[in-house]
Amino acid sequence: MPQVKGSVLVVGGGVAGIRAASDLAAAGFKVYLLDKESAIGGRMAQLDKTFPTNDCAMCILSPWLVEVERNLNIEIITGAELVNLEGEPGHFVATIFRKPRYVDESKCTSCGDCARVCPISLPDDYEGGLSQRKAIYKRYPQAVPNAYAVEKEGVAPCRDACPAGQRAQGYIALIREGRYHDALRVIKEDNPFPSVCGRTCHHPCEGHCNRRYIDEPINIMALKRFVVDYVYTHGPYEPPKPVPRTRPQKVAIVGAGPAGLTAARDLVLMGYGVTVFEALPVAGGMMRVAIPEHRLPKAILQRDIDEIMALGVELRLNTPIRNPEKLLQEGYDAVFLAVGVSGDRRLNIEGEDLEGVIPALKFLREVNLGWRHKVGRRVAVIGGGITAIDAAAVSVRLGSEKVYLMYRRTREELPAYRWELEEVAKEGVELLEGVAVTKILGKDGKVAGVECVRVRTVTEGGQERRVPIPGTEFTLEVDAVIKAIGQLSDLSFLEPPYDKLYGDLETLQTQIPGIFAGSGIVPGTNFIIHAVALGHKAARMIDRYLQGLPLKEEQKSRKVVRWTKEQALKLVEEGKVRPAPRAEPQLIPLDERKTTFREMVLPLSEEQARAEAERCLQCGICSECLECIYACQAQAVTRETHEEREQTIKLEVGAVVLAPGYKPFDPSILEEYGYGRFPNVVTSIQFERLLSASGPTEGHVIRPSDGQKAKRIAWLQCIGSRDKERDYCSSACCMYATKQAVMAKEHEPDTFCQIFLMDMRAFGKGYMAYFNRAREEYGIVYTRSRVSALVEDPRTKDVLVRYQENGELKEDRFDLVVLSVGMEIPEDVKELAKRLGVKVNEYGFVENSLFDPLGTGREGVFASGVFSGPKDIPSSVVEGSAAAGSVGELLAQARGSEVAIPVYPPEIDVRGQEPRIGVFVCHCGSNIAGFLDVEAVTEYARTLPGVVYATHNLYTCSQDTQELIKQAIKEYNLNRVVVASCTPRTHEPLFQDTIRQAGLNPFLFEMANIRDQCSWVHSHNWKDATEKAKDLVRMSVARAARLEPLYTIDVPVRKSALVIGGGVAGMTAALSLARQGFPVHLVERDKELGGNLRRIYYTLEGDDPQAFLKKLVAEVTSNPLITVHLNTRVIEHSGFAGNFFSLLEGPDGQRFHLEHGVTIVATGGMENKPKSYLYGQHPAVFTQQELEERLARGEIFSGPVVMIQCADELADKYCSGICCTQALKNALKLRELSPDLPIYILHRDIRVYGLRERYYTLARNKGIIFVRYDEVLKPQVEPDGEGALKVRVRDVEIGEEMELKANPLVLSTGVVPAEGTEELGKILKVPVMPEGFFWEAHIKLRPVDFASDGIFMAGVAHWPKHLDETIAQAKAAAARAATILAQDTLKVGGVVAVVSPEKCTACLTCVRVCPYNVPRIDHTLTGAGGIKGAAYIEPAQCHGCGICVAECPAKAIQLMHYRDDQIEAKVEALFEFAIQ
Amino acid sequence: MQQPEITIFTCIYCGYMAADTAGALRIQYPPTTKLISFPCTGKLDVRYILEAFEKGADGVMVVACPIGNCHHIHGNIQATRRVQYAKKLLDEIGLGGERVEIFYMSGGQGGTFANAVNTMVERLRKLGPNPLRNGRKG
Repeated sequence: MPQVKGSVLVVGGGVAGIRAASDLAAAGFKVYLLDKESAIGGRMAQLDKTFPTNDCAMCILSPWLVEVERNLNIEIITGAELVNLEGEPGHFVATIFRKPRYVDESKCTSCGDCARVCPISLPDDYEGGLSQRKAIYKRYPQAVPNAYAVEKEGVAPCRDACPAGQRAQGYIALIREGRYHDALRVIKEDNPFPSVCGRTCHHPCEGHCNRRYIDEPINIMALKRFVVDYVYTHGPYEPPKPVPRTRPQKVAIVGAGPAGLTAARDLVLMGYGVTVFEALPVAGGMMRVAIPEHRLPKAILQRDIDEIMALGVELRLNTPIRNPEKLLQEGYDAVFLAVGVSGDRRLNIEGEDLEGVIPALKFLREVNLGWRHKVGRRVAVIGGGITAIDAAAVSVRLGSEKVYLMYRRTREELPAYRWELEEVAKEGVELLEGVAVTKILGKDGKVAGVECVRVRTVTEGGQERRVPIPGTEFTLEVDAVIKAIGQLSDLSFLEPPYDKLYGDLETLQTQIPGIFAGSGIVPGTNFIIHAVALGHKAARMIDRYLQGLPLKEEQKSRKVVRWTKEQALKLVEEGKVRPAPRAEPQLIPLDERKTTFREMVLPLSEEQARAEAERCLQCGICSECLECIYACQAQAVTRETHEEREQTIKLEVGAVVLAPGYKPFDPSILEEYGYGRFPNVVTSIQFERLLSASGPTEGHVIRPSDGQKAKRIAWLQCIGSRDKERDYCSSACCMYATKQAVMAKEHEPDTFCQIFLMDMRAFGKGYMAYFNRAREEYGIVYTRSRVSALVEDPRTKDVLVRYQENGELKEDRFDLVVLSVGMEIPEDVKELAKRLGVKVNEYGFVENSLFDPLGTGREGVFASGVFSGPKDIPSSVVEGSAAAGSVGELLAQARGSEVAIPVYPPEIDVRGQEPRIGVFVCHCGSNIAGFLDVEAVTEYARTLPGVVYATHNLYTCSQDTQELIKQAIKEYNLNRVVVASCTPRTHEPLFQDTIRQAGLNPFLFEMANIRDQCSWVHSHNWKDATEKAKDLVRMSVARAARLEPLYTIDVPVRKSALVIGGGVAGMTAALSLARQGFPVHLVERDKELGGNLRRIYYTLEGDDPQAFLKKLVAEVTSNPLITVHLNTRVIEHSGFAGNFFSLLEGPDGQRFHLEHGVTIVATGGMENKPKSYLYGQHPAVFTQQELEERLARGEIFSGPVVMIQCADELADKYCSGICCTQALKNALKLRELSPDLPIYILHRDIRVYGLRERYYTLARNKGIIFVRYDEVLKPQVEPDGEGALKVRVRDVEIGEEMELKANPLVLSTGVVPAEGTEELGKILKVPVMPEGFFWEAHIKLRPVDFASDGIFMAGVAHWPKHLDETIAQAKAAAARAATILAQDTLKVGGVVAVVSPEKCTACLTCVRVCPYNVPRIDHTLTGAGGIKGAAYIEPAQCHGCGICVAECPAKAIQLMHYRDDQIEAKVEALFEFAIQ
Repeated sequence: MQQPEITIFTCIYCGYMAADTAGALRIQYPPTTKLISFPCTGKLDVRYILEAFEKGADGVMVVACPIGNCHHIHGNIQATRRVQYAKKLLDEIGLGGERVEIFYMSGGQGGTFANAVNTMVERLRKLGPNPLRNGRKG
């Protein structure tokens, strides 16, 4: 059995995953937090506000993100997916696949310079596609890790096809942006002959262009030429400067062709000395001598060559080399033979040696060198390649009267480009296809004609052969024959034995070390771009050779983005790409062409080029133009980072938490709603972004179609939920739509908001109150109707909503329609589940038991968040903690084995020092700097007393600025720090930790909130906002000068827990803690354990609750770490986290003390007994719980069963969330027992949520009748005189009243907290909400914590909830408790009240006013005037509120960090301006 | 007169957050408002209020959590009592007790915060500038 690992893998960086990671780290486990995005934060990071508190989602999430990022024991791995999991619980080996970020996370300062220069824009997924982002991007401003990432799909096919790896997508993107100089830079980096290759290249890039499937490939060659011509003609053009020689070695290159010159350039750029030897009087090789002037003007070629020379390459023309080894002896350290293909193939026919028979290359060379000015009157060109076409075209231009192009195969098989053939045909060249020359006829030793025959192609044994067709022989009269049938390498110019040299295919090295050989010696380099590629390779090899490195290169494979035709056409179908014609350049007039060598093809116009560039599909996403690496001053993105590859990582972990989250349903597949076609139909995620002040419209709710204010907005609920394909409720949509409507109203109070829904599912804590406020205060209109289709007014782009209300068909017009999209499990998560052996249902949600809500079916692997069913944020947070609890149980023995402890430098003693204050003013991007003068504020700060340093930063919270702050503290000996930025609520701990890292006590820090309370609220008033910011900075500086270090003390933690309540929540929490190794006292006031579960006999899901209960009780009572106290109550509770003291009263009234580190409250609740509907007065009326008990006892009902939901007064106050489920459960049970029993459920809304929706569907299918009644027209009940009841109800859906007989009548009532909850709240000094349940510290993000540290809650005591939710919350409470119990000591003190005994008169005021009963009179102290006894405040217990301070009549108490002088300094500084 | 200068004392919970929320919602209010916060409005000392007036504030606002929702249980009730006392003192010295007011709101109520500021601004405009500011800039 391998050792249990103390580390955990958490998959998914949303709230659930983050919570799990934080709790695990705090409980002593090392955490690897995986996220497939480039940043953690999940969906919550996209939200604007959160219901029901309207907290800004980012504001409350961001501190968590920061905390996770700063946690030494959480390693965030972004761009990563879990691909495989082997091993067993306690010791897994996880295989992780990680996409590269292409940016060095540790160096990135998040300045965004890279994104500003990136030419690639794509829809911003974070903004719901409402705006564009760059290929190099940060997911959102507060993203963690706080670094950019590159989105790169792979190598674009154009680049892949190019032998030289020319980044065509890169320069095309820059052309589209009009950045031609940058485009030329990109071209030249891969290719020193842009002018040449823009005119004559066989451009394999175009052949592989994915666009070819849609219409035609991009005209890449023409675009390249456009850039070159544009930059050289429009300027400003700066010729390259000589490269400094940084390496001692010299390299000799033989041959000034494209390969030799490319290698020369590369080597010179590397810092070597380079000499190029050329036998001919001109440089350029084949480019110079083989390409005719009309295709490539020599001046243009010379321009490219000159640029290479300008770098510092030495060129020796007319210098043939016969002995390359001699060059080595002459002091060259390496030699590259780049000698080209100059040998000619032979036809091997009679007459080949006659005068007038000329190899094509020789012909072209002679013409190009000016040695030949004519060829013949009638010319036969044999061949069909580009050279043949060129020879024919040159012949025309030299004045030949008749030119034949003789090709053995068909026109279709001709290798030259079609358009070129067409163009020479226009010039008068005649193509003879399927013709072979059999003999060249001579006269006087000169060519007089050719004998030809027509041939056909036959295939024999896989070999093609051409066979003459008898009788087709003919003769042509010609006086010149040009052979364009291919070239051979020819090394005859070298002295033996060097003519036998050959270069290795892979390394290019020849038999002689130091001599490398290229084209002609290594075959296969027949086009210019191949030669360029060879030159690059030769340079790399020579560099390796000279550096003593092994020559063989590591082959790195990369994904090439090759699409299928279907993929490409799909883009057209989806409207993402529109077919558009390819840009073709113009040609000069035919007459001019035939008679001159003027360049035949004209460049594209700028307009044409931009349009052509627009056609590029950006296959690779990142185009690798590398603009970012030039922009990045931090060198976080470099050539090396751009070459990063996918990685496979193996991690050894003890357990796995899966929190992969969801994706919002994509409504484009529901054509009836027009999403994607109607601009004014948006998804709820998009609407969140429209609401967000940091979103694409800066928080203005406008119509995408015309940017006008959306004054009438409709929400359509259940899009992608509760339908035939998805029989589940996404749980959060009713509330988020309500929140969105409320926020829309908050933005623009005259907005009309209407929500179309089936049921209003406001089941959670505070939801009903929020819903009521939305209706009553904000006037949001709720209409219970499912809208089946939307129609667009094509003129106004308004959206028409047709719906049914009270049986009537209505139509309304809206400016904007929001589709409230549901949650879906993404495909990759479904696949992950499959790979991991996690049991999921048909929708991909984990199938787990009600009793094991975190289980996945694989031991040691836990699920939390939406993966196990749609849920809202608090439930996800609970499950995150709960998963941490489950992991803690499994890995208890390995706790602490893999964690690191933060190490801080010793603190600098600043006592007695004059204040030396550093002020850091934040731009917050443009959030502050866009609305006030940050520089002026900084300048002003420098003038303030005590300030020795002030600066301003783009983002003061960024990782790099933290480093700057630390440096400044050292450099300027700062002993106080002021940050003027946002709110201390979120950012103070971050900065405090930073200054502590620099050796300063964290209390020597002060913040001025110049964003939330200045730039944002005075955003139309630059001058006054600037002045106010100065005031705020001055106030902060004044207080900072008076700040003093505060110290916390380490108090040992009592490692045991008190759990109050022996129901399922209490027992689960107790058991979880015990399994995690902590002793627990479980207190139950009843005589037995079990709580409400004792009265639950069956569940909707078909589980056996009594068997579960029995097992749970047995486990609890047999666990040696759990002490159960029955018939026991908590009487007193005091102390503080880690050190609580409780007084308990057991059976028979005996009292005893307990000391414990944490307290968990799980006191539950109970079914409310109704006062209405004849309950208690009529024997046939009872509650759902009573019905369940009767059914469990075997009672059978025969009369119609009528259930009334929301049957008590609670229903108007809050929704208990579980009663609808309970009604369904009992109704289905009744149906099971009596298939024909009429069952009616009278309801307002049916609030079954999440995966329970299917039981609602099932109930309807089973003939259970649901009748919706209006909350103001409640059902009327009266006895029918025959032992049953008469129920009259108006069905709001059909608008008719009906009368039902009921026997029995079952009332669904709400849940109330257990008796004595309020009293317990007082004993624990924790708050109770008006509904009687306990108040958590934060409804969204801290759902199991009380505001008082060390006390937690679980189960119905918090809010009515289902069994699985209770169990999850109990585990969560245990996990939260473990974060304290896992510590040996806790730090206490700091901001606490301190008594000066010499001023204290022991008047008891503080004792009376303290809300926490902390102060007491200590008789060992000496008070004012020497009296015996003075007040004492235990620092570990003090909550630091300062109430006693303000009340103390003798002013004997001060609150540390908020001393009177510190506060008054602020008041005083505020008005200093008045005394100028 | 110019915009009245208002000193706002808040707790670090609801009061401070309500002001932050006004910011997040970009609700505009006059810039002559400066916040000073401490852990609980229960820490508010009458001295701070008087000092603000002495230095030249035209008005003082105290922004506390809603009654019943104080993070320190009853700190806001203590604060209410002290504001009442300060009112009395201000009336006695003739400055006018209306120049100081306590408001209660939860952290999400950005609009309420801005409304409270505007209410106070209007009230102070009617009352005119703080006479103690005589001879000083303002």
